[in-house]
Amino acid sequence: MFDSLTAQRLLALFAAGWLLFDYPLLGLWDRDGTLLGVPVFPLALFAVWGLLIVALALLAEGSGRD
Amino acid sequence: MLSTPLVVAACFAYLLLLFGVAYWADWRARQGRSVIGNAWVYALSMAVYCTAWTYFGSVGRAASSGVWFLPIYLGPTLAMVLAWMVLRKMVRIAHSYRITSIADFIASRHGKSRLLAGLVTVITVIGIVPYMALQLKAVASGYHVLAGPPGGGAVTAVAWWRDSTLYVALALAGFTMVFGTRHLDTTERHEGMVAAIALEAAVKLLAFVAVGIFVTWGLFAGPGDLFARAQAVPELERLLRLDQGQGFAYEQWFALTLLSMLSVLFLPRQFQVMVVENVDERHIRRASWAFPLYLLLINLFVLPIALGGLLQPGSTTAQAETFVLSLPLAAGHHTLALFAFVGGLSAATGMVIVEAIAVSTMVCNDLVMPWLLRTRRFGARSAVDLTGTLLGLRRAAIVGMLLLGYLYFRLAGEAYALVSIGLISFAAVAQFAPAMLGGIYWKGGTRNGALAGLMAGFALWAYTLMLPSIAKSGWLPDDFLLHGPFGIELLKPERLLALGTMDNLTHSLFWSLLVNAGAYLAVSLWRRPSGAEASQALMFVDVFHRARRPAHGVAPALQGSASDPVFWRGRANVEDLLSLAGRFLGRERARRLFEDFARSVGADRVDRIPADAQLVQFVETHLAGAIGSVSARAMVGAVVEEEPLGLDDVMRILEETSQLRAYSQALEEKSRSLEQATAELRAANLQLKSLDRLKDDFMSSVTHELRTPLTSIRALAELMRDDPAMDDAQRGKFVEIVVAETERLSRLVNQVLDMAKIESGHGEWHSTDVDLRELVTQAVQTTVEMIRERGAEVFVDMPAQLATLRADKDRLMQVLLNLLSNAAKFVPREGGRIDVRMRASATGVTVEVQDNGPGVPEHQRSLIFEKFRRGGDATDRPTGTGLGLPISRRIVEHFGGSLWLRAEPGQGACFGFDLPWNAGAAGGESRVD
Repeated sequence: MFDSLTAQRLLALFAAGWLLFDYPLLGLWDRDGTLLGVPVFPLALFAVWGLLIVALALLAEGSGRD
Repeated sequence: MLSTPLVVAACFAYLLLLFGVAYWADWRARQGRSVIGNAWVYALSMAVYCTAWTYFGSVGRAASSGVWFLPIYLGPTLAMVLAWMVLRKMVRIAHSYRITSIADFIASRHGKSRLLAGLVTVITVIGIVPYMALQLKAVASGYHVLAGPPGGGAVTAVAWWRDSTLYVALALAGFTMVFGTRHLDTTERHEGMVAAIALEAAVKLLAFVAVGIFVTWGLFAGPGDLFARAQAVPELERLLRLDQGQGFAYEQWFALTLLSMLSVLFLPRQFQVMVVENVDERHIRRASWAFPLYLLLINLFVLPIALGGLLQPGSTTAQAETFVLSLPLAAGHHTLALFAFVGGLSAATGMVIVEAIAVSTMVCNDLVMPWLLRTRRFGARSAVDLTGTLLGLRRAAIVGMLLLGYLYFRLAGEAYALVSIGLISFAAVAQFAPAMLGGIYWKGGTRNGALAGLMAGFALWAYTLMLPSIAKSGWLPDDFLLHGPFGIELLKPERLLALGTMDNLTHSLFWSLLVNAGAYLAVSLWRRPSGAEASQALMFVDVFHRARRPAHGVAPALQGSASDPVFWRGRANVEDLLSLAGRFLGRERARRLFEDFARSVGADRVDRIPADAQLVQFVETHLAGAIGSVSARAMVGAVVEEEPLGLDDVMRILEETSQLRAYSQALEEKSRSLEQATAELRAANLQLKSLDRLKDDFMSSVTHELRTPLTSIRALAELMRDDPAMDDAQRGKFVEIVVAETERLSRLVNQVLDMAKIESGHGEWHSTDVDLRELVTQAVQTTVEMIRERGAEVFVDMPAQLATLRADKDRLMQVLLNLLSNAAKFVPREGGRIDVRMRASATGVTVEVQDNGPGVPEHQRSLIFEKFRRGGDATDRPTGTGLGLPISRRIVEHFGGSLWLRAEPGQGACFGFDLPWNAGAAGGESRVD
């Protein structure tokens, strides 16, 4: 069940998500300044989250049935 | 400030709408046009994860600690990344074995243990009660903000019979009963409830986003303005940063993410909507990203609302949980405030309804029923119809759950923020993770292991999290919190063994999960699993190898094939099993089920069904849907005579089935290869037939071609024989013709032989390095005289240099001569012109010979490459054997190239061929003598 390519891609995405949302990569965005009026840190959190969802959607909808 | 009747009326109108939707969905389901058979509805129903905690609590959390409201939603997002593997497996298992609750799942996996089912149920009930209380608290305080006196006292400060929260709880209980327990279904599917939950998900998202937009663009001039003003205030600026001025508690961040990741899978309501109510496994694909997207959207405006609220003069962090209501209200937008409250009510009722239904199923099937069925009155040999009792039990369980929730709210509600209450529940259901995940991926887990793990984990959870929460509310002396029980510092509930400096949640999660997983592993490994444990482990862990995807509405047992193992041995009686099923499913339904089963096994009447292991399993699976697998096992076990299975028996049955499967696979393989061989033979036969016909055509063409010169030779010879007086000049002319015709004959015979040799693969090929430039020059020199005789000229255009290619020089010469002489035959009498062009490319060489003759008519273009077809009309057809082009084509193809004709009207004909550079290698059948 973890053998198919889709499954391995999902596992990789999971690992990437876990790393991005935890120590120490989370600290990457803790900076001064704003982008389009929004402070960088919350903006980056939501942006990374959104990208993760986009990648997940592409994987889930795009890959062939297994 | 809104009037009380208005708020109450709005709430009831909304609940009525929900009920209408549920009723409509149920009605549609009965018509066979389900509204929930849709991936979007499935994804929306998952959003029952977002409760009043999200709706009100997140803003409160954000107001006090910034981005810390997020891990609770990042965890589920990460969990959904793995949904296609983990959730799909849970769905497949639950549907294959008719499992309707977490307690049933864990108990069924570990040998259908009654004790285990009861334990999981008790943990769930105790663990979920704070969560129920949270919803009641949120609705009550929301109502208080909206309709209560301004600056009024605490919500719980009135006597219980005047407390509106109690009536909220009772109303919700009534509503839940109507939703969830109107009738009994063996699959525990509630289409109407799911439709209503999906609607609620949409309402709460819309309401929250509406408030977010109002705060961001109504109270402020957009996000830029809002954040700029927040950053000007030092306390608020702090909220927008990671560490908020102090060290960032990464371990707590990690713990919250992990906790919410486990909760989204193991909360009873999530299990209900994601696993039990799942209609089609494929919906998981869409939901796995749509549900995280929902979470993102509903969290988008949490920070703006929190900051916007805190920026209002006079507001404090303590009020932040009701900012969603108080901000529109303060600005005079009463309709928006009411809509926001309805959104909050959606969040709370959705959670309460699904949670109460899920927990009531558990209490009834896994706690009360097994005990009830042991009594004489309801036991296996009794004939009492239990369908009514089942429904009554569930209704009582729903009321009980909500009253317990109210009790906790009265006891501890005021001391804690919404989020903290919810986290206590999360930590409780996280205890199911080792037994659940271990159960579906590891075959070694045993009943005792699961019992030990759950008990240890639950005990530690209660000691390190639940007990302190009650103590902090003032209902217990908090002495033991500060100094440990009996003054033993090492046993302090929030700092066991004085380890580390974790916050109380992380501390509790760490210890309880560590001990839980440790005990599960250690005790499971202590002893070999029993037969029942091993067989259930196999069914669960290998579910993707055994059970096929169950089609909706078809009983799994009806789909099973003979090669699925059935771990049962003994003697049964169809009559007994039928009456047993009738007691729990209703007589009529049971009879229909048995008739279906009879058809599937090929028996014409119910009493002709062979009372074998398959039937027993069929009945047990269906009973499991109604009363849980534990009780179903006990009931079936009581009416049939069964032999206990040992581990060795299980292994033997498994081996037999896998052998059976291997045999049938081998058989399938054989018949497949046989079919393939037949098809190949048929194709070969067809090809042979067509070759035979070609050969006949060829023979008749050859004889025809031979006859023409022979006829003329014979006629001339007879003329000369019969007329001895013929003058010498005439005779000499005749002899010339005879010789020419004989030459033509032998040329024809040679070419036929040549063709036959090439076609049969016996041609002789002498590959050498050929300089094509030299070859073309030579060919033109050979034919230039003949071309000049026909009044035409040759123009050669070649690259200055050309690499050699490996081919048979004489054969290529033959091709070139053939093309040149063909061209010469068709050029006009005057002004004839033949162009020979050569082009080299990376892949090979192209040579083309173009004339300015009449060209090849469209209908002849494909024919001229066939044998004995010659260009031109029958009247002015030039002499030739009709074999030149076919032979040339074979030669070029032998070297891996192709011979083609490019004809443009009015431009003459252009024959040419391409040869790849590695031409010699392509000639696989070349023989070098």
